[in-house]
Amino acid sequence: MSGEAVRAATLDGSGKDASRRDIRRRLAITLGPLLVSLVLAGCVLLVLGVDPLAYYGFVLDRGLLSPLGVQQTLTRMAPLLFIAAGLIVAFRAGMWNLGGDGQFLLGAVTAAASAPLLVQALPHWLALLVAFLIATSVAMLWSLVPALLRAYQGVNEIITTLMMSFLGVSLANVLVKLLFLDPATTVPQTRTLAVPDRLPRLFETTITSGLVFGLAAIVIVHFVMTRTAFGLKLRTVGANPRAAIHAGLNVPLLTVAVFAISAGLIGIGGAVDIIGIQGNVRADWNPAYGLAVIPVVFLARMNGLAAIAFVFLLSVLSIGGESAARRLGVPQHFTMVLVAIVLITLAIAEYLDHRFNQARKV
Amino acid sequence: MEPIKDHSGPAIVTLDGVTKRFPGIVANDRIDLEIRAGEVHVLLGENGAGKSTLIGMLSGLQQPDEGRILVDGREMPIRSPSHALSLGIGTVFQHNMLVPTLTVAENLALGGRWWQRPKIAELAARVADISRPLGIEINLAARVSELSLGEQQQVEIVRALLRESRLLILDEATSMLTPQGIAELGALMRRLVERGLAVVFITHKLGEAADFGDRVSVLKLGRKVGEIPPEHLRTRDRAELIDEIVAMMFGRQAGDDAVSVPLRAANDDGLLEVRNLSVTPTADAQGLDAVSLSVGSGEILGIAGIDGNGQKQLAEALAGQRPATGGSVMLAGQPLDDLDVGGRRRQGLRYLTDDRLGEGTVGAFPVSVNYFLKQIGEPPLWRSGIERSGEIVARAQDLTRLYDVRTPAVSTPVGRLSGGNIQKVLIARELADGARAVIFNKPTYGLDLANTLATRQRIRDIAGQGLAVLLISTDLEELLSMCHRIAVISQGRLVGIVPNGAGAGERVGRLMIGLAA
Ligand SMILES: Nc1ncnc2c1ncn2[C@@H]1O[C@H](COP(=O)(O)OP(=O)(O)OP(=O)(O)O)[C@@H](O)[C@H]1O
Ligand SMILES: [Mg+2]
Repeated sequence: MSGEAVRAATLDGSGKDASRRDIRRRLAITLGPLLVSLVLAGCVLLVLGVDPLAYYGFVLDRGLLSPLGVQQTLTRMAPLLFIAAGLIVAFRAGMWNLGGDGQFLLGAVTAAASAPLLVQALPHWLALLVAFLIATSVAMLWSLVPALLRAYQGVNEIITTLMMSFLGVSLANVLVKLLFLDPATTVPQTRTLAVPDRLPRLFETTITSGLVFGLAAIVIVHFVMTRTAFGLKLRTVGANPRAAIHAGLNVPLLTVAVFAISAGLIGIGGAVDIIGIQGNVRADWNPAYGLAVIPVVFLARMNGLAAIAFVFLLSVLSIGGESAARRLGVPQHFTMVLVAIVLITLAIAEYLDHRFNQARKV
Repeated sequence: MEPIKDHSGPAIVTLDGVTKRFPGIVANDRIDLEIRAGEVHVLLGENGAGKSTLIGMLSGLQQPDEGRILVDGREMPIRSPSHALSLGIGTVFQHNMLVPTLTVAENLALGGRWWQRPKIAELAARVADISRPLGIEINLAARVSELSLGEQQQVEIVRALLRESRLLILDEATSMLTPQGIAELGALMRRLVERGLAVVFITHKLGEAADFGDRVSVLKLGRKVGEIPPEHLRTRDRAELIDEIVAMMFGRQAGDDAVSVPLRAANDDGLLEVRNLSVTPTADAQGLDAVSLSVGSGEILGIAGIDGNGQKQLAEALAGQRPATGGSVMLAGQPLDDLDVGGRRRQGLRYLTDDRLGEGTVGAFPVSVNYFLKQIGEPPLWRSGIERSGEIVARAQDLTRLYDVRTPAVSTPVGRLSGGNIQKVLIARELADGARAVIFNKPTYGLDLANTLATRQRIRDIAGQGLAVLLISTDLEELLSMCHRIAVISQGRLVGIVPNGAGAGERVGRLMIGLAA
């Protein structure tokens, strides 16, 4: 024992250098691919006949540098943070909840349907709270089928959540068109929550206070996952389900809980988007945030704090990209193309780094 | 033993000053080693001495940081496992490397040409040729995840032999075989080296080293501290050799394992009572057929048998991990049947699994958390569900010291430890307080001599404190040295219970092969 300890100590002494080298390497294999992706995406833009520099400049300006743009970006972060929080809970527990879009939309639609009615009957804060609770419960309920199937029948949740998501998106649509239709307008949409009834804005800006809730949610999720017994149980299930059973954890119950929490958070994301920002749901509205946030959560390696930074980046890209779409005629989905290219280059960089490490030792 | 002809040939693989470092540790320190054709080269060393690391480099899993590897006298970096195979180096790793979701046949056929359909019929014939003389039975259609670890190990041995390697490496391949199987494997190794192949054989059982080895190398803390060449080996008798090896490995006499069955107070109240416990067999796995047994307070009851005869099912059904279709389990008069794993544990039932990587630990979690995996959320390490890292680390450091777990730090992921040291983590976890009855499934598997003795003593001690101990083992010596009574399991049934004493070994042996005691 002591011999090893001594040797360990000397190695640690020289370890500072190594760790600094390690950080530099990490930075290099993160920033390098980002630059490469910008160049690659630029090539795609060139093919489309758009000046990449103009596009990037525009995105940066509208998403980050202009006062209005940055406020929009921060507002956009609110629902995305809730979705990221929900996905982190599920992914860390090894459950691939890919049904975010359905859960999000159902949360949004039920919030949009209930909030305008509730504010007429209840005190303002209570009305919003009840609307949030309704949205959360509906999203949770929607996750129950995949959760039970996975918990008690071992049915793969990737397929069931995706299928429930298609159904959820359609159901949300049908609800808007048939049940929750605002009779006062001709466009098919829900009743609109008046601007003063929505979540308050922060200070003198247009930024929704939903941002604060979103930040709180993801920080709490991060804390729960890393520091509490509950989080450790979930991570055990995710890392080695057989060990979880052997350790006496109630895996089926935890599975259902994970799905409920994950879907609930995503449902709140939908409600925040409506009660804080949009005010109503138009028919056929589906921003597909759920799918966009998945890669972001992976980039952050399911770390809640890192996810905040990546969600910010995604918001900049998507707000800037939407403006650029209107101005330069680049399709709005180009944002996702860019995100995808970043993901692929990052993965390739990681692979090359691994190979290089191996090769160096030969 | 009859004298062995000198048939050592040229070196197939030579290690020249090979060094491998891991964060916080030098696992192999300037090792020189020659592996010659026609020799069984036994590699010995304590847990964590660096044996598996060395094998990892020979089989292409890892690359040395310094030094050279020569194959047939020419420098040849072994780049990958498939490269190692193409060089004729076949390995049975310490921890199983089969794909659990595939069948045995599919696993054996892996690595063939991807455009060819595996020829299962041909495979079956070859497998039969190889396994019959070894006394191994292989069910090609069984899914690997349903096999016991011992059976999986047998599949791996057969797989390595199927490849017809020039150099066969066995990393603790005998840890789950019966004495009979071990003898057969020894004879097989002898036949292989007589055909001019080379074998590297890692074991913790020094008797095997003395019986099967042509050359013995000893590692200690990553360095090679000694080598016994064939000339020397042949002139010593067995006991002398073992003494010499022990001195080389531990630098002292390890003390022999006197047969000392602990005394028990004369009360025969069954603490752990099992009545007619049944588990339905599946297509791949043994079931249990109305198993009844009773373990008294302070008693050690052994379960002997060839691996895969229902030991795993018995342990899991008792622990609540596997649904029983009938029968009852009582602990101190309390029925456990309606309790789940956690509930039974809270009643004081402990289960030490033999599958340390598959279900015993979470490899990516630190050593500290793995000690407490079965008590997540319980005070004092957690308070109101929030973890108290200070307490956890302090307690983990205590256990690490107490159980002599060799790890750079308690924050090291447990998957990075050597096999024996992971085993120590499991033992430490099960022996922590609050236990009333403990099921040990192959508790000393993978432990070196000193730790094996220490662990056996610990088990005797807890029995001495009045706990009921159920000791499942394929190692008859182990059972005879510790148990009050030994039950024999065969095809999911208890075929007899023998009180320990003179002649017990023979009677157990007869029961195991299906004769009346
Ligand atoms: N991948 C790894 N990362 C970090 N450390 C490692 C890794 N593999 C092995 N080690 C360390 O190297 C040392 C030697 O381990 P190794 O597995 O070679 O021991 P061993 O001689 O096979 O022991 P055992 O008899 O217990 O199997 C141990 O201290 C172990 O913790
Ligand atoms: Mg080893």
